[in-house]
Amino acid sequence: MSQDFRLPAGGRIDRSERLNFTFDGQTFTGYRGDTVASALLANGVHLVGRSFKYHRPRGIVTAGVEEPNALIDCNITAQEKGTREANNRATFTELRHGLTTKSVNAFPNLNFDIGEINSLMARFIPAGFYYKSLLVSTGMWHRVVEPVIRRAAGLGVTDEVADVSRYDGHYLHADIVIVGAGPTGLQAARVAAKSGARVVLVEQDTECGGSLLRDPVEIDGMDADLWVATVEAELAAAPNVRVLTRTTLSGIFDHNMLTALERVTDHLDVQDAADDHRPRMRWHRVRAKQVVLATGSFERPLVFRNNDLPGIMFAGAVETYLQRYGVKTGNTGLFLVNNDMALSAAIKAKDAGIDVTVVDVRSESTGPNTERLMAMGVPFLTNHTLVEAKGGKRVKAAVVAPMNGDGTAISGEMRTIECDFIGSSSGYNPIVHLHCQSGAKLDFDPTTACFVPGAPMGATPTISAGGCKGLFSLNDALASGASAAQEAMDALGLQAAEATVVSASEEAHPGSLHIRHLWLLPTDKPTSKGGKFWVDFQNDVTAADLQLAVRENFRSVEHIKRYTTLGMATDQGKTSNINALGILSDVLGVTIPDIGTTTFRPPYTPTTFGAIAGREPGDFLDVARVTPMHDWHAEHGALFEDVGQWKRAWYYPKAGENMHAAVDRECRAVRESVGILDASTLGKIIVKGPDAAEFLNRVYTNKWMKLGVGRCRYGLMLGEDGMIMDDGVSSRVAEDEFLMTTTTGGAANVLSHLEDYLQTEWTDLKVYLTSVTEQWAVASLNGPKARALLSELCDDVDLSPESFKFMEWKEATVAGIPARIFRISFTGDLAFEINVPADKGMALWTALMTAGAKYGITPYGTEAMHVLRAEKGFIIVGQDTDGSLNPHDMDMSWIIGKDKDDFIGKRSLTRKDMSDPMRKQYVGILTDDPKEVLPEGAQLVNVADAPASAAPKSPVPMQGHVSSSYWSSAAGRSIALGIVKGGIARKGETLIVPMPDGRNVKVTLTDTVFVDAEGARQHG
Amino acid sequence: MLLIRCPYCEQERPEVEFSFAHQAHKPRPEAAGEPLDDHNWARWVYYQKNIKGVAHERWNHAAGCRKFFNAARDTVSSEIVATYKSGETPPVPESRIEGEDLSFDYENAEGGA
Ligand SMILES: [Zn+2]
Repeated sequence: MSQDFRLPAGGRIDRSERLNFTFDGQTFTGYRGDTVASALLANGVHLVGRSFKYHRPRGIVTAGVEEPNALIDCNITAQEKGTREANNRATFTELRHGLTTKSVNAFPNLNFDIGEINSLMARFIPAGFYYKSLLVSTGMWHRVVEPVIRRAAGLGVTDEVADVSRYDGHYLHADIVIVGAGPTGLQAARVAAKSGARVVLVEQDTECGGSLLRDPVEIDGMDADLWVATVEAELAAAPNVRVLTRTTLSGIFDHNMLTALERVTDHLDVQDAADDHRPRMRWHRVRAKQVVLATGSFERPLVFRNNDLPGIMFAGAVETYLQRYGVKTGNTGLFLVNNDMALSAAIKAKDAGIDVTVVDVRSESTGPNTERLMAMGVPFLTNHTLVEAKGGKRVKAAVVAPMNGDGTAISGEMRTIECDFIGSSSGYNPIVHLHCQSGAKLDFDPTTACFVPGAPMGATPTISAGGCKGLFSLNDALASGASAAQEAMDALGLQAAEATVVSASEEAHPGSLHIRHLWLLPTDKPTSKGGKFWVDFQNDVTAADLQLAVRENFRSVEHIKRYTTLGMATDQGKTSNINALGILSDVLGVTIPDIGTTTFRPPYTPTTFGAIAGREPGDFLDVARVTPMHDWHAEHGALFEDVGQWKRAWYYPKAGENMHAAVDRECRAVRESVGILDASTLGKIIVKGPDAAEFLNRVYTNKWMKLGVGRCRYGLMLGEDGMIMDDGVSSRVAEDEFLMTTTTGGAANVLSHLEDYLQTEWTDLKVYLTSVTEQWAVASLNGPKARALLSELCDDVDLSPESFKFMEWKEATVAGIPARIFRISFTGDLAFEINVPADKGMALWTALMTAGAKYGITPYGTEAMHVLRAEKGFIIVGQDTDGSLNPHDMDMSWIIGKDKDDFIGKRSLTRKDMSDPMRKQYVGILTDDPKEVLPEGAQLVNVADAPASAAPKSPVPMQGHVSSSYWSSAAGRSIALGIVKGGIARKGETLIVPMPDGRNVKVTLTDTVFVDAEGARQHG
Repeated sequence: MLLIRCPYCEQERPEVEFSFAHQAHKPRPEAAGEPLDDHNWARWVYYQKNIKGVAHERWNHAAGCRKFFNAARDTVSSEIVATYKSGETPPVPESRIEGEDLSFDYENAEGGA
């Protein structure tokens, strides 16, 4: 297709470089310098998408990042897979050779769209539709509502394979970051550069210039291009300045931590991008001492009936396409305005040979732009409203009529004006997003009918200048850019350089708007009848929706936003929020500032996740801690379980075994011969110093002063609230040294807990703490054959029960490796935990496996470990306890040293409630049917409360829950542990576990030890 | 992300190196000369000041020197007004924004029985 709407000359495009691209399968041509949107418009394509909810035909409405409609899916490079990206704004996507683009949300295709049927059902999809649909029955939801919503709603489709692009993270430090390189930002950068500050100038566009790119007015007698080039050369020559174009400052966080997304290769032709060695994007994390915002303003549209037809655009966008891209939006245009500034678009259109009519909603229009248009012979209607736009997939005509004095109703004949586009303007919104992200508030300026930055806030305020401060005159903006930089230099303590005084021709940008705000144009019918008045294009929110929300008694703008979904789409309401506030203020009868705005959150524009992940996706996302024996486990088929950051062997299935069979085999090996567990992950802390014993005495509930060297003791650690926090065995290495072990997941917390006390509460104690978790590898031999096996590899220590007792440890040599052997047991069986230096872990493990072969040594994982300890009733902190259980609750009152002076948690334990017999308490739970294995987390209820069905009408009082549950081959049945109200005194009682399938499972509360109740095995 | 000056390392470091511990300068009832009854004890264990304004907080340079230190931080603006070593007198007092609802606050806590 030829570019019928391209002007013969003009614009910033390079006509010598023709670029081919496709849109929905059709091939088009554009030029270097185009966006996808400008190239489509040059080819006469306006219809680019379907709306979110009603699937209305939608066209391009803006020429920038604020675009709500023109979302496209496109390929980033020529690579086939993993390079498609949904929901790019066509108005911001640079055209490149070989781009294949698709409209989003237009099943089965753009022109014939089954979703348009929704328009006929519009009255069934009012405001709050999503919330109201949640009130239907569950069955109705699953069968009817959800599939309909899923089919109809949703923007774009994500690529099904992983993104193949590379991304980089980057850190920057700056004295001053200036956001936006329009005339304001350039002036600010000049001053800051001359003052000697370290400057970073960030511009989202492809080049510097801002508004000058679409309106190249003279500055200081210089052509705009020349002026921009002069300033750029000045900045490029300064060693203290860095200019980042194609970079979006997306977020401002505490203490001026800024995030900026730089698009490095997205403008390259797709084959070149595929071959390029650079990352696709860089995610800059910038720490700035000062921030100057020069982000400009967005135009907003007037709201009238059927204002969403393709061909209806923002007036400023029409001007940008003409001036920057040399593209006519159409041949017959109607400009609908409420201010002076927007009329410049009508002048440019007339100059380009377009038939132009102006409808001005103001009763008087007398500015220089008006005079000029009149002089050009343009039909100019004042005090008129646009009653409705007519057309289907493109606007065909506008119905206009005179209004009454207060602009609430039409007051005369309606007449129809034919047009193929409408450029509308309701004024301008300063881009205050970053100002608000920094924590500062907004003020409403009634003269310009917009929110402007309010007083700065916090330790690291930002300084706004130019359009984003509500200064619409170019000369005001230039001056404010310079003064903002000077203010920042003062704050930095630098001598601020004088600004080179510049001025633009006055008539071009007088800055006065003479705005008349009419938030909803009067028409001949109520908003609920006939065509809709669209406010939020991307989420399909209409004026009638807002009015309905108010009738349904919503008052807070934050509630109305969520109820109607206004401003909640990917454009975050950039073009719709102020119009919505205006409409709400009319309905509620309060002023716009009294309604307030919703919260501005980062990112300013949508950000590719890959860029945030940078070089750390997949395996690099988080640290994986592995033990010295990890490779052995992997080679022997272990499945792994994540415990904190640790990878722990979970179980080792043999060919044909499922988890149940493997765990059962591993457990039987421990009870019948010998099993081996990699216990290296347990937290290990050296507690050393003359007061080490006293320290343990204070942090554990039991007594430690008299524990002899060579002895081990189990300890329970409580918080100040008396609740169980961690547990583990600590061993006395020397008079002044203990080795403390903690749970695998609790190690880091325990260490800082202990350090906190040492550093802030007990500063008189002479104790050092050192984490040695990763310095030791631990192999735990468990089972009746453990001693026989170990004695084959260790001949310097007598392992007999008489000389090496349970809860003792000894230095020894095992398989030629210096080791510490601990006779401690978490299985209740005969056990030796062998600790060796980490780098000897693998040698120890393989030696034990080789020597153990004749005993049938069996490696077991964490699952078998859980079963074996549950058979003995040993608790797992964090599984059987949950931070609300104390030692009494866990039937462990024996571990509280009665006559100890103090320990952490002691005072709380003396509170009456802490030993209330009706607290939830630790019990064993046995099902009547020994084959039934209860699900962990199942609730227990009294027999009298057993529900009659899976979904009882009224709630049933709970007695407790199952915290651990397994099949135990040693017990020959299922076993479970749990927490039950007053459970210790209720052993023998029958309770009911109601199951999700409606069955009521009968259980009996029991003791917590299911195997070897007298404890003979571990002492053997 | 906050920039926090560790008074031991004497450097401004990013927040990711630190972890917040709890309210600073919170004497136990007995150290504050109050009877160690259930009410005072529960108040000490369960209640925090939760100041809207400049608050004294204990932080830990967890991924640094591992020292616990104190910070005076404005909880509204997140400005760190000062940081100082454990045991030192706060260089700036705590201050509350006027009109704040204090009924759920530490000083006014009912405590437990
Ligand atoms: Zn430090």
